[in-house]
Amino acid sequence: MNMNGGQALMKALEDEGVDILFGLPGGAILPVYDPLIDSSIRHVLVRHEQGAGHMAEGYAHATGRPGVAMVTSGPAATNIVTPLCDAYMDSIPMVVVTGQVPYAAIGTDAFQECDTTGITMSVTKHNYLVTEAADIPQVIHDAFHIATTGRPGPVLVDIPKDIVDPNNPRSAMEWYTPDSHDLPGYHPNRAGDSELIRQAAKLICEAERPVIYSGGGILKARAAEALLELAELTGIPVVTTLMNRGGFPDDHPLCLGMPGMHGNYTAVTAMQEADLLIALGARFDDRVTGKVAGFAPLAKIIHVDIDSAELGKVRRPDVAIQGDCRLVIEDLVKALGELGGNESQPDRNRWRSRISGWQERFPLTYEQSKDDELLKPQYVLEQLRDATPDDTIVASGVGQHQMWTSQYWKFNHPYTWVNSGGLGTMGFAIPAAIGAKAGRPDRMVWAVDGDGCFQMTAQELVTAATEGFPIKVALINNAYLGMVRQWQEMFYEERYSEVYLTRDVPDYKMWAEALGCVGLRVESPEEVGPAIAQANEINDQPVVVEFRCEAGENVFPMVPAGMSNSDVVVDPSQQDRPR
Amino acid sequence: MSVPPGTDGGGTTTLVVRVENKAGVLARVAGLFARRGFNIESLAVAPTEDERFSRLTIVVGVDAAPMEQVVKQLDKLVNVVEIRELNPAASVERELMMVTVRADPAIRGQILDLVRVFQATVLNVGYDEIMVSLTGSPSRVDDFEDLLRPYGIVDVQRTGKVALPKLVKTAPDPLAP
Repeated sequence: MNMNGGQALMKALEDEGVDILFGLPGGAILPVYDPLIDSSIRHVLVRHEQGAGHMAEGYAHATGRPGVAMVTSGPAATNIVTPLCDAYMDSIPMVVVTGQVPYAAIGTDAFQECDTTGITMSVTKHNYLVTEAADIPQVIHDAFHIATTGRPGPVLVDIPKDIVDPNNPRSAMEWYTPDSHDLPGYHPNRAGDSELIRQAAKLICEAERPVIYSGGGILKARAAEALLELAELTGIPVVTTLMNRGGFPDDHPLCLGMPGMHGNYTAVTAMQEADLLIALGARFDDRVTGKVAGFAPLAKIIHVDIDSAELGKVRRPDVAIQGDCRLVIEDLVKALGELGGNESQPDRNRWRSRISGWQERFPLTYEQSKDDELLKPQYVLEQLRDATPDDTIVASGVGQHQMWTSQYWKFNHPYTWVNSGGLGTMGFAIPAAIGAKAGRPDRMVWAVDGDGCFQMTAQELVTAATEGFPIKVALINNAYLGMVRQWQEMFYEERYSEVYLTRDVPDYKMWAEALGCVGLRVESPEEVGPAIAQANEINDQPVVVEFRCEAGENVFPMVPAGMSNSDVVVDPSQQDRPR
Repeated sequence: MSVPPGTDGGGTTTLVVRVENKAGVLARVAGLFARRGFNIESLAVAPTEDERFSRLTIVVGVDAAPMEQVVKQLDKLVNVVEIRELNPAASVERELMMVTVRADPAIRGQILDLVRVFQATVLNVGYDEIMVSLTGSPSRVDDFEDLLRPYGIVDVQRTGKVALPKLVKTAPDPLAP
């Protein structure tokens, strides 16, 4: 079948199962936007290319399918670098198509030219500059394969205008359906080594104080059920990192919640005291380990990861297993079964009682607002959690509100938590929530955002309003760049430098309305419940609820940067309790 | 004392990397070294017997880099097909040097003596300069360069080393089953 490169691109995307494309047209990508009109793929017109990238990420987070974005060359390509880096850090499957100046003009500093593949080389799993129209079907097929297999990640495909422009003879091609991949250097491993899995099973049977350290790889590998089986078979408690909230149900008795810099005391301390850490799809990130030399000093390590470069990168494991988390956990369960299953596990009652002692002495806590005070953000999040369905998808920005959401929400289902972990991208929440809603229109989707974050990407609420994505935004307005304010309070002698954003400018209620949303404002605790109820009733429009919160509230517990996790600082009200 | 694979005890490791022969692959490899903070001592690139692939010979400073991470990160590049760490004791290494030396007619004979001893090649002769080349093991090339230096090196260009593993010396027992 004869066609032009632009038609081939749309057909290739359709053949990969793409149902929605987030993008914004411009000069170099213009020819592709014409065959788009005749395509089955829905296009969502964003207001800024960064929004397109984060929407694609949110879609991928919520569905497990690759998110796809398409933008033009030059400034559009540079605008999508942040989402690419975000997806790279958090291993999100994503394919980004960028327009490029005509092939013959590359390198001439043409209008809206930039070296897109050069700029994005270090923030993509792989990228392509396509030089011939005939390469388009194969490159798109390979791009989706690379984005979704092994350790997932973003792949960028840069397409010069001439090979998709029907008026240019270079765009003429014969369609073919690629049926294989010619990638001699790409062999994503799947199963783990069975001998190593037997060694891991033996270590588990010998451990008196084991902890399962579960990371984002659980969700990527769709291994939540396997993890539950492993935990219940062995009775081993589970911590869920920021990237794996929801990968193990918070309401399960074995769940210890989030570890790390703002993890709860029990999760942090159980890892410190453990004699075995079973790291599953986790990468010993500095926000989890604190000072590496002081991290889990008594623990042997079993480390399972699909990416061999993570094994031994930070902490030398005793058993290192490269493989897909789900397959390895399933094999581990079998190996444990051969060793006697539950019967093979030593008596861990003392360990369990130490853990429950920490849970009793050091629960998450905060003080309710006094009469003259504004709202406490933790209170708002508890109310929101209790007033929304159990399978609500929550997206967050980055900062204090993100940590409070992770701490106070009860994540009982996988793929309900959408956040920017590795890169820490402020402004992530709103576009990511839109992408999640696009992927899961049946679910209620709330974005929890801070006032600093909100101002970075609020324009995408126009996209939500006009494209029919009725997301809801809980805006925690504490008038500050709150996490930076907290660090200046704690580590810079309360010398506050450039962190005050003002309380009343912008007027968030009016702004929300101007963006096509319902705007609500809440200032007192008794208004919180009714406002959430009102927002939950609105399904034909996005809603922004501004919660006016206390500025001085800090996130606890906290492990100060560079300190050992054993030096975790608990809430001031708990500081005198015996550890 | 045992030497770890690929190291020569002199603080460097040689990696022989087979990559797809595609545009931008060298930039990917060089970019990876730069952004992970690994230092390249020398780098030689050429197509292989199979035109789909190129071979890079990369000498890496081992003090600056955890070699295991270097190799694992390199292996993640989609265009990298195969990586071998070469132990100098188990490999043959060669490097080419071209050098122009001051050579007034009165002392040209001394330089030609060195050229003979090292079995180097005279490439070009000027009225007071001489250009020679030498192919040899990197240490032999070092020696030659050191001996020429007192005469006044005008220009020198070394390729960086290339290497292949030594071949098996013992034939399999013909009587073995």
